[in-house]
Amino acid sequence: MKHTLSVLVENKPGVLTRVAGLFARRGYNIDSLAVGRTENPEISRMTIVVEGDDRVIEQVTKQLHKLIEVIKINDITEDEHVHRELILIKVNADPAHRMEIMQIVNVFRARVVDFGRNSLIIEVTGDEGKINAIENSLHPFGIREVVRTGKVAMVRGPKHKNGKS
Amino acid sequence: MAVTGAEILIKTLEYEGVDTVFGYPGGAVLPIYDALKESSKIKHILVRQEQAAVHAASGYARTTGKVGVCMATSGPGATNLVTGIATAYMDSIPVVIITGQVSTEMVGTDAFQEVDITGITMPISKHNYLVKNVKDLSRIIREAFHIAKTGRPGPVLVDVPKNVSAQLTKYNIPEDVDLRGYKPTYKGHPTQIKNAAELINEAKKPVIFAGGGVINSEAAAELKILVEKTSAPITTTLNALGVFPETHPQSLGMLGLHGTPYANYVVTECDLLVGLGVRFDDRVTGAVEKFAPNAKKIHIDIDPAEIGKNVEVDLPLVGDVKTILEELLPLVEERENREWNARVEKIKKEYPLRYGETLALRPQYVIEKLGELTRDKDVVITTDVGQHQMWTAQYYKFTKPRTMLTSGGLGTMGYGFPAAIGAQLGNRDKLVVAVTGDGSFQMHMAEMGTAVENNLPVKVLLFNNNCLALVRQLQHFYCNKSYSAVDFSGNPDFIRFAECYGAKGIRITKTEETVPKLEEALNNDSLTIIECVVSNEEMVYPMVPNNKGLNEMIHFEEGEDNGR
Amino acid sequence: MAVAKDLREVCQFGNLMEVGKKMSGADILIKSLECEGVDTIFGYPGGAVLNIYDAIYRCKKIKHILTRHEQGLIHAADGYARSTGKPGVCIATSGPGATNLVTGIATAYMDSVPLVIITGQVAVSYIGKDSFQEADITGITLPITKYSYLVKDVRDLARYVREAFHLATTGRPGPVLIDLPKDVTYAETEFFYPPEIDLPGYKLKPNGIEKEVEKASEMLKEAQRPVIIAGGGVVNSGAHEELLALAEKLQIPVSTTLMGKGSFPENHPLYLGMPGMHGTAYANYAISDCDLLLAVGMRFDDRVTGNVKTFAKDAKVIHIDIDAAEINKNIHVDLSIVSDAKNALEKLLGLVNEKDNRRWLDKIEYWKKEYPLKYCKDSTRIKPQYILEKINEVTAGDAYFVTDTGQHQMWAAQYLKCVRPRSFMTSGGLGTMGYGFPAAMGVQIAHPEAKVVTIVGDGGFQMNSQELATAVHYNLPLTICIFNNGYLGMVRQWQDLFLDKRYSHTEISQPDFVKLAESYGAVGMRVEKPEDVKKTLEKAMETPRPVVIDFLIEQEENVFPMVPAGGSIDKMLGR
Ligand SMILES: Cc1ncc(C[n+]2csc(CCOP(=O)(O)OP(=O)(O)O)c2C)c(N)n1
Ligand SMILES: Cc1ncc(C[n+]2csc(CCOP(=O)(O)OP(=O)(O)O)c2C)c(N)n1
Ligand SMILES: [Mg+2]
Repeated sequence: MKHTLSVLVENKPGVLTRVAGLFARRGYNIDSLAVGRTENPEISRMTIVVEGDDRVIEQVTKQLHKLIEVIKINDITEDEHVHRELILIKVNADPAHRMEIMQIVNVFRARVVDFGRNSLIIEVTGDEGKINAIENSLHPFGIREVVRTGKVAMVRGPKHKNGKS
Repeated sequence: MAVTGAEILIKTLEYEGVDTVFGYPGGAVLPIYDALKESSKIKHILVRQEQAAVHAASGYARTTGKVGVCMATSGPGATNLVTGIATAYMDSIPVVIITGQVSTEMVGTDAFQEVDITGITMPISKHNYLVKNVKDLSRIIREAFHIAKTGRPGPVLVDVPKNVSAQLTKYNIPEDVDLRGYKPTYKGHPTQIKNAAELINEAKKPVIFAGGGVINSEAAAELKILVEKTSAPITTTLNALGVFPETHPQSLGMLGLHGTPYANYVVTECDLLVGLGVRFDDRVTGAVEKFAPNAKKIHIDIDPAEIGKNVEVDLPLVGDVKTILEELLPLVEERENREWNARVEKIKKEYPLRYGETLALRPQYVIEKLGELTRDKDVVITTDVGQHQMWTAQYYKFTKPRTMLTSGGLGTMGYGFPAAIGAQLGNRDKLVVAVTGDGSFQMHMAEMGTAVENNLPVKVLLFNNNCLALVRQLQHFYCNKSYSAVDFSGNPDFIRFAECYGAKGIRITKTEETVPKLEEALNNDSLTIIECVVSNEEMVYPMVPNNKGLNEMIHFEEGEDNGR
Repeated sequence: MAVAKDLREVCQFGNLMEVGKKMSGADILIKSLECEGVDTIFGYPGGAVLNIYDAIYRCKKIKHILTRHEQGLIHAADGYARSTGKPGVCIATSGPGATNLVTGIATAYMDSVPLVIITGQVAVSYIGKDSFQEADITGITLPITKYSYLVKDVRDLARYVREAFHLATTGRPGPVLIDLPKDVTYAETEFFYPPEIDLPGYKLKPNGIEKEVEKASEMLKEAQRPVIIAGGGVVNSGAHEELLALAEKLQIPVSTTLMGKGSFPENHPLYLGMPGMHGTAYANYAISDCDLLLAVGMRFDDRVTGNVKTFAKDAKVIHIDIDAAEINKNIHVDLSIVSDAKNALEKLLGLVNEKDNRRWLDKIEYWKKEYPLKYCKDSTRIKPQYILEKINEVTAGDAYFVTDTGQHQMWAAQYLKCVRPRSFMTSGGLGTMGYGFPAAMGVQIAHPEAKVVTIVGDGGFQMNSQELATAVHYNLPLTICIFNNGYLGMVRQWQDLFLDKRYSHTEISQPDFVKLAESYGAVGMRVEKPEDVKKTLEKAMETPRPVVIDFLIEQEENVFPMVPAGGSIDKMLGR
């Protein structure tokens, strides 16, 4: 099963290397990892999607905790949370198919962010289901390139309990 | 007051109470060595190869309970530390390692003697730092000590670029250490403690299983109360030998691959296993699914990541062993448990530790005698890795914590002698014996120079079988006796070797010489190599074969006479 | 290389005849090594490599050399590789066996030496659990290997070995590590040695360099005061003949870096000696004064350039190197040619015409006369430089020289006269003490008939002296020259020159080296007087056994000239 871990870390050089190294070393599978500063510039949040059963996730969490710069870890898979991913898709779009593609774009409330002679770049934000769906719909036209940010997530409601530490 | 980075570094070490540093100089640590020379509080021990510096620091730390400190230059100096750091990491030994680095503006350019040592040691250190600004140096050193010795101890490396140690800064040692992401748990959960007490009180066939964590948390006294209150038998890991007196009737000795037969049987039979400061390493459990199959398991450890890592436990208790035991003990009922103890006694009688009794000199016998001759002395035993290590664990009978130093987790050959040097430096008045094999000793035998230079009367008890015999034993069992690359018949003459350093050399070849020659060696006060010439055909028994349960061990059999 | 290729074909063919036959991972490994033409592996056994050692036991084609410490074996493999140009192969067990290789790996990495390193690992299911003798060696060596593999499936093994050899030996060579879990050595599959390599991220074909070479030829034509600095890349690509031809054709003086030593005959009138911190004064002057610097297969290491701002400040710089990442890394260059040295020099040779630089060469001749390498001759005490001169006399250059790190290394670089590439081995980039003696063993094993002389300090020798047992066991007739000054001399020199002689922990005691040698069954000799130096060297080199010579040299001799770190190379102490 996939778990989403929300990890607060000190915003220092090398922290990402430590986290990535830990996953590699212990043989955990990272599905995606997104990282950026939080409202406090000294702290960054990593959203890590990791594949594994409960025992693996327990180990992942505990091992992450042992990294000195890791402040707090929440497995928010079960919590009510909003999660988003941004994806850029470069798709073949010869004039004959443009209309059709634009319709798909509209249905998914995506945006076209670049027009090329024979291709378009489309920006989509959403959860995994939505992103997979649009990718599938665009497939017949020929997808040239895909870039995904990885998932970011936030728990609903007032400031999450992890804020306190 | 303005001081250089090197000076503040040395001052901070002094502030931390450091009195001994093991190291080797070089270009990138020149400023640090210059400042070190001025320190009246810190003694520097020049080793012969950096690897020995970490092992020595580890030996110092394990015997004194203080943080061991070592130092090396950038590049090859730093990489030579790697094995020692990994060794300390696997056995949770508090060591602070200071390495020189090329100047900050050169970092990342493959400069002369530049190596990314923080990158290299990431998997094998508890934490590490690259100091980029001299203002941070003192704080980082203090943090390094704090991290090394608290929680689950471990090695912490601080990489100091040459320009940082030469730069000027304000003289200021921060008083407090505050690390946002690092807050080890010491106190156990009260309900869990209550539950644990219940399990212990209810168990019919309890066994206590102690590991190195008990030594690290200085909980030997509490452990003894627990054992005596519950009347439960106790077994230990390799790293915990001595935490409970093995001469005590309730002691089962060591558990695992080459544990005592009775420990292995009793653990397989028990209905409750109380693991304290252990990590259920694969050498201890044998096939995990067959490990203590009938037992509920309590696991007390300071490192939450150890809980449930290798075996599933019924009752986890995260915290410091001593703190938890203090709370747990009042809840534990005092009892006799006759039936179970009678059963344990029976197993002990039926399956003792045994070895062949031919005329040849037996390593097991020598170790037994060493035990008898030194038991009442203030003694520290270190071992290397191999058969001799297992025999020491089986036959010496340790009675006090911090008297047995061995590389348990990484199994590093070459550990024993440098560790003995460190132990002797931390305990000038103790008798320090390094039990080693010909293969292991050769890895760092040049450290004889260090021992001589510092007048360290270490005794090296060398089992010379002209062989990497533990590997030979594996080849005997698993490779149809094709003995590949284990022959060391080209060994030096160890007695003459000792003499070229100005040390003593004593050779034992016969059983009857053992006691007098051991006495002669132990009672002189100079560095001595005691070479015991033994057969490479000896085997360590019992032995749990790969993927088997502990109770499926291969025993010593009389007729076979140790595989001869 | 040609041999290896043929063997590979034989292997594939052989395999066709054994279609469907399954082999264990250990056997596949050894078979693959055979396919690569490996004749020697350096190793140390242990639990995780048990099955590999079983396969080695059965293999009749490959010789296994057992050392006394894993560090000894990897340096030996390194010496083997540097002296032959073939990849050195070594093997160690998991955990401490693997970590003991780290310094040797880093040493090879910094000097671009092709090594294939096989380490045992705990079984796949135990990885990541801090199991007994588990160390994350691929993680640890990430910064110091060209590439590394963790083999999780036996079906990948042959391909990984094939790729590892390819990566280690092509492009800019370097160490490649294969981490092999114990269960994988037992797992079985059909053996197939892949003929093709598919590494999309690893492209070797250099882009066309014609334009750049032409430009270079024009710059060379115009240059009035050209200098060539040749580095290890010339040795690696076997470009020494082209280098000589080019230098002679254009009459360009040649300086060689520590790594390039031997790539240009040192008895040649155009030879300038070494540049940089302990280079010759005339090399440093020539570089500082030149108007064109042709740098071939070198990387402008800080020990060569000193202060980069003043380095060759009047010169246009042409940089030929196979590693694009080296271009403009340390100094800015005017023209870069990304190519192996041989290819580039060959092309360049075709475009240039003979030239005469009389005035420039005269000037250099003047510097050579005015500022030669010099030392204070003394009839009572042994000067290290004197020993090296005697070694030149006794060997006439017909020997392999291997040094350790320290003052003796720099004197050896200054005074030994090398005339062939691959005849001088030293740890240049990492400066690893303890390298010299074990590396010399590897050289001797690769060249059983050759004379191998190793020059070591008393400090460095103690780092791996245990390998005397190995040298004796295999009866390697090395001449081990200990330059015994009772100090960690190079560090003492810095304390002497820059720290007011505050000698902090650089005095080091030693065993009686003669007795030490004898306790191992080697031959020990001691030399205390200059007049005995040559005699003893001659005697040692005639002895068909390992010989340790303890030269009691002038204790506080310093290496000169010396450019203080970060200084301009034309400002030398003790010139
Ligand atoms: C650095 C290192 N290399 C290899 C090994 C694998 N190994 C484990 S025991 C052993 C043999 C040890 O031989 P020796 O020290 O002579 O002890 P003996 O078993 O003969 O008593 C070897 C090679 C190791 N543990 N550590
Ligand atoms: C493994 C290692 N540790 C430390 C250094 C730093 N260092 C460079 S030269 C040197 C002194 C070498 O002494 P010695 O081997 O006696 O040679 P000498 O300089 O006296 O000729 C030292 C300690 C190094 N290069 N390598
Ligand atoms: Mg042995």
